Amino acid sequence: MKFGVVTFPGSNCDYDAYKAVVESFGEEAVYIWHKDHDLRDADVIILPGGFSYGDYLRAGAIARFSPVMQEVAAHAKNGRPVIGICNGFQIACEAGLLPGALLRNESLMFVSDAVYLRVDNADTMFTSEYESGQVLRIPVAHGDGRYTADESTLDALEQLGQVVFRYVDRDGATAQSANPNGSMRSIAGIVNREGNVLGMMPHPERALDPLLGSADGRGFFESILAKVGA
Amino acid sequence: MKSFRVSVHITPRKGILDPQGKAVEGALHTLGFDGVREVHVGRHIVIETEAPSEREAEANVRRMCERLLANPVTEDFEIESARES
Repeated sequence: MKFGVVTFPGSNCDYDAYKAVVESFGEEAVYIWHKDHDLRDADVIILPGGFSYGDYLRAGAIARFSPVMQEVAAHAKNGRPVIGICNGFQIACEAGLLPGALLRNESLMFVSDAVYLRVDNADTMFTSEYESGQVLRIPVAHGDGRYTADESTLDALEQLGQVVFRYVDRDGATAQSANPNGSMRSIAGIVNREGNVLGMMPHPERALDPLLGSADGRGFFESILAKVGA
Repeated sequence: MKSFRVSVHITPRKGILDPQGKAVEGALHTLGFDGVREVHVGRHIVIETEAPSEREAEANVRRMCERLLANPVTEDFEIESARES
């Protein structure tokens, strides 16, 4: 399977995503420069974390007009997988590939921590190797992660099972104290209605080895390999 | 074509949590400005643009706001009248 990792000016987790795919799973990955118009036959596109265009204007607002985003949007429209992690989630929202927006953390502070996530939908191509309700420990590192949408959008996301990950406490319960950024309804990750575009603020690509604190992100990539690679 | 200078004010949509506004509001209270009821922090963008008329200059900037300058999910914008520059 081939992963395409898009590098924008200011991306800084592209290397992490690339290494995760190649070294932890032995799959193929290519970097795709944001000015390219060719996804190089990648099966899965990863929009990585970072600070594309210095987060100028709004996080992701300028990157979403990068030339390559036309091809990424077409890839998504064809039902093929697109993953936005952290800044990639912000870009996907700005591009309209996912509903809502990511605003400044409620605390106004950059948060870099390992948080607990609950898998609220294990029936997606990104989570099928997890159990529904399973609690994961995954790092976050962001200043603009407060998921925001209007009430009807939030209701629709919940009704259609589009909320994939929520911030929870160790026991899997949502709580204000377990929500690192003030996201509405503790939302940490969502998929689009078709289920092929996922955005999440936490970094599964940084949770692949117990030596680095957690291997709970493995299931994320294993799901993709099982569902997309099959 | 004439040159116009257009100012745009972008503010967080009412009802959406604005922690930055809240922080500034708290600081103003600390300084003794007790009358302050609410503060919102947004952006002020100044655009120099060419256009055939003032109306067109404003219409252009409106499209810029809709496509890029403001996020339709979370922000409102207001265009100050264009001034010939």
